[in-house]
Amino acid sequence: MLSLYRPGTSLVHRARAGLKLAALAALGTGLFAVARIEVVVAALIGVLAAGLLVARLPAGVLWAQVRPVWLLLTGLFVFHLLLTDPLTGAVAVLRLLTLVLAAAVVTATTRVTALVAVVEWLLRPLEVVGVRPARVGLMVAMTLRFIPVVAERAARIREAQAARGASGMRLGLLVPLLIQVLQLAATLGEALDARGADDVPARRPRRA
Amino acid sequence: MRWGRRGATAAAAPPLPRTAVELRDVTHAYGERTVLAGVSLTLTEARIGVIGANGSGKSTFARLLNGLVVPTAGTVLVDGLDTRTQVREVRRRVGFVFQDPDAQIVHPTVAEDVAFGLTNQGVPADEIARRVDEVLVQYGLDGHRDHPAHLLSGGQKQLLAIAGVLVMEPQRVVFDEPTTLLDLGNTRRVARVVDGLEQDVVVVTHHLDLLAAFDRVLVFEDGRVAADGTPAETVPWYVARCG
Ligand SMILES: Nc1ncnc2c1ncn2[C@@H]1O[C@H](COP(=O)(O)OP(=O)(O)OP(=O)(O)O)[C@@H](O)[C@H]1O
Ligand SMILES: [Mg+2]
Repeated sequence: MLSLYRPGTSLVHRARAGLKLAALAALGTGLFAVARIEVVVAALIGVLAAGLLVARLPAGVLWAQVRPVWLLLTGLFVFHLLLTDPLTGAVAVLRLLTLVLAAAVVTATTRVTALVAVVEWLLRPLEVVGVRPARVGLMVAMTLRFIPVVAERAARIREAQAARGASGMRLGLLVPLLIQVLQLAATLGEALDARGADDVPARRPRRA
Repeated sequence: MRWGRRGATAAAAPPLPRTAVELRDVTHAYGERTVLAGVSLTLTEARIGVIGANGSGKSTFARLLNGLVVPTAGTVLVDGLDTRTQVREVRRRVGFVFQDPDAQIVHPTVAEDVAFGLTNQGVPADEIARRVDEVLVQYGLDGHRDHPAHLLSGGQKQLLAIAGVLVMEPQRVVFDEPTTLLDLGNTRRVARVVDGLEQDVVVVTHHLDLLAAFDRVLVFEDGRVAADGTPAETVPWYVARCG
């Protein structure tokens, strides 16, 4: 979900990150409150229009987000077919699909920095109890940064093991991966120090 | 240009400790294991190379220079500032580039990562934008502004890491094996960037040919400086020593 940002100048791109996240939250709440098929279908069409027509995202970008949940959606529909009725099933499935797509549109049109800034803003009230919003924001950004890095290292280890004849050993992957991640984390800590991450708390005005 | 600059400082004033990195009888141990023993050096040259066998203490030495490692005994002074007590100020003066670019890029996209150090220093947003743009152009990364860092090539990642350090305008930069993970083309590209820096640099490397034009090369052996001189003096000595 991290490499998702697609630079652009559309209305959706330019909308404030906070507004987009608020709209996402409102959509989620609304769709669960009003569980009617015509509302859900209208929302789905609206989200697709915003993503494909207004933001001009390639369909592949949205599809990439739906693909991992495809099985879940099918399962959910089958579950409803067996236990409730097709209409309820359709509402449940389309609702989830709409939300996944809406989240994809938001992440594809919003810079990580902007999303992180919203997180920091939301956390500001917690400063009084000692939460450092800038720190949490940095953690969010770093998590997004290191998911692909760790995934890539895992893939490399898997290849190395496969090259030596191992196959599908999940546990065998874990130990070397853990060692690499720990090494990475140690250097990362030093790099944060070297780049002045420590300066942050010192510069924030402390509240009485 | 470097020679000219060095000549100018030498002529203008006698060498003050202010403009140098000084190690005074520095010893460092990780637990029981002593990895540097009684090292005393004054570093004033613009281009200093550090070579030596694996485990000889090069990285530990490099980390001493910006306070990432504080010596167990002895003192390290950067322009007269003690790395033990004035580490924040020292780190602003001495940038550090690591071997593995993946471990030093902390933000998901290129421009955001370059801005990281400036944000930490509380630089105003418009100035950050200007300086980031400048540095991205300088290192040929301006076409990748919003690209995810993990999609860059190894060489581009290392250039990004260097850009993230140089945007903070340190007076010195320490490189710990910046080209070890790179292919020949990228090694040369990074070497050219290092050569062109106006900052003083200390480069730890196993790529001996990169040091030909350096002012001074230190050869480490078992935690001591076994040789110290021009590349012409030290590199052949080290090569012969390796057998
Ligand atoms: N954090 C640490 N904890 C314990 N021992 C360490 C630590 N860092 C380094 N060492 C040990 O200290 C010795 C010197 O390490 P150092 O990394 O300075 O060597 P180096 O010259 O940079 O080697 P290389 O060429 O392999 O990078 C090595 O024996 C190493 O195992
Ligand atoms: Mg080393």
